[in-house]
Amino acid sequence: MSANAANPPPGADVSIESMLDIREQNWLQRIAGAQAFWVTIALILICVVMSFLQPDSFATSENFYNTTRNFSFIGIMALGMTAVIATGGIDLSVGSIMGIVAVSSGLALETNLPWWFSVGVGLGAGFIVGLVNGIIIAYLGLSPFVTTLGMLAIARSVAVVLSGNRMLYKFGSGAAIFKKLGGGELDLGHSFSLSYPLLFLVVLTAVLGLVYKMTGWGRHVLAIGGNEQAALLSGVPVKRVKVQVYVVSGLAAAFAAILNVGWSGSAINALGTSYELLAISAAVIGGANLMGGEASAYGAFIGAALIFVIRNSLLMAGVDSNWQGTFVGLFLIAAVYLGKVRGARRE
Amino acid sequence: MPVLELQGVSKHFGAIHALNEVDLVLESGEVLGLMGDNGAGKTTLVRVIAGNFPPTSGEIRIDGAPVHFSKPVEARQKGVEVVYQDLALCNNLSAAANVFLGREIKKGIGPIRWLDHAAMAQRAGQLFTELKSETRPRDLVRQMSGGQRQAVAIARTRLSKPKMVLMDEPTAAISVRQVAEVLDLIRRLRDSGMAIILISHRMPDVFAVCDRVTVMRRGRKVAEKPIAATSPEEVTGLITGAIHSA
Repeated sequence: MSANAANPPPGADVSIESMLDIREQNWLQRIAGAQAFWVTIALILICVVMSFLQPDSFATSENFYNTTRNFSFIGIMALGMTAVIATGGIDLSVGSIMGIVAVSSGLALETNLPWWFSVGVGLGAGFIVGLVNGIIIAYLGLSPFVTTLGMLAIARSVAVVLSGNRMLYKFGSGAAIFKKLGGGELDLGHSFSLSYPLLFLVVLTAVLGLVYKMTGWGRHVLAIGGNEQAALLSGVPVKRVKVQVYVVSGLAAAFAAILNVGWSGSAINALGTSYELLAISAAVIGGANLMGGEASAYGAFIGAALIFVIRNSLLMAGVDSNWQGTFVGLFLIAAVYLGKVRGARRE
Repeated sequence: MPVLELQGVSKHFGAIHALNEVDLVLESGEVLGLMGDNGAGKTTLVRVIAGNFPPTSGEIRIDGAPVHFSKPVEARQKGVEVVYQDLALCNNLSAAANVFLGREIKKGIGPIRWLDHAAMAQRAGQLFTELKSETRPRDLVRQMSGGQRQAVAIARTRLSKPKMVLMDEPTAAISVRQVAEVLDLIRRLRDSGMAIILISHRMPDVFAVCDRVTVMRRGRKVAEKPIAATSPEEVTGLITGAIHSA
């Protein structure tokens, strides 16, 4: 065989695979090749170690409830972020979108509008900001970085102006159900319960995972990130899809804001300040490639979980909470480096 | 009736006359070589036919009927498929995903539709078999050799039973062994009754598979000859301008 391969008779069909020994990956190799897999392992390890070190504070149903709820807000934002990153873009405005959404639905609740209308107002605000981002990026051709950086400033300032720079909490009759969305819990008995934000995150992760795997839209998002020119020549509606991913990101941030307002029971215009860092970090730690073409809904989930479990663990280990930013930043940089190493090995 | 006719097609980019009054006729089952130096207008000509941009003046007819394309998709609907110079593939997707990009097969219940991965992999596999390529549908394009990528790009053109395939430098970036593979692919396309325009810098490739050769220089067509009635030396002369026209 090897002699044949080195010097094939004319006309012989020599498969390139047989020479290079490329085999189709089996499911085990595919899972092991995914960054999200290793992040999951790391997360489990940290949880096991912490459960031994701090059995009375870490491994409690209360700590589980709080930590999972806290990372759910970021996880939901990170889900939307994966779609943007998959096209090779970035959305820096998600934190400010949370501010503008909190204020809009807060104002709706204060004017005694029903809960569903207030939710609609909030989602509408996120939709509009995402739409403006997407149109500027896709149709005017400006860079996603600059456009959404500008929107970060604009949306925050509009939120401050709309709120009259005060906290909104004198909610009307719509508040009861609205607060339940973000603050409610599913009681599993034995003093163990799951927060609604976590349940929403799990459902949305499953839905987005299916969208990436099973729909033409998901494939087009990845194709644009892989080779935008090729996608365009193949008839993919590149501009439309680009607008859509920023709308998805805006809606995700809006939903996270709505849940957060419901949980805290008040709306402040500063909601989400610097959350763009957390959302992007969660997506990237979970395996989203900032060069585009790679995204995983589960990765956003597990990335957000890792960030918050580490924050939680550091607090319990007695580390000054001002160090948290350092750890998140280090993890982000390490994740990008790992992605680069994996990319280089694949080429 | 010729499958493709160009009459007096010109394309100007501002003051630059990339194409000047080009006439061209292409019949089914024929491979036409399109040669010329860099900047001679070959790629512009292909892009005009493929609908990347409309000609400044002149007429394009497919099966005798005048056509006006403003997007590549419109040209594809009229049976014009293109294999681009850089192959226009997404490295992060599988071979099957690339073949079906923009025209995915879906199944579903009522309005809920999802991708039919199995059907696409199977159809892509059939196309690779027809092309006698061992490319596997589920492999990522990133992991493929130049010849396999070429097979993916060509398989994509076969989805819609096109009338003609325009190939821009398909052998430019691949190894010698793979060139033979690609030339075989071109012959198989021709034998299935398709008309092919092959843009190439490589004289041996053109003489190996083409029936006719057209030479362009500075946006003008300077010669068109049956391959049997010319020689590499003559074509080289025409490309460089040493021979004025033939």
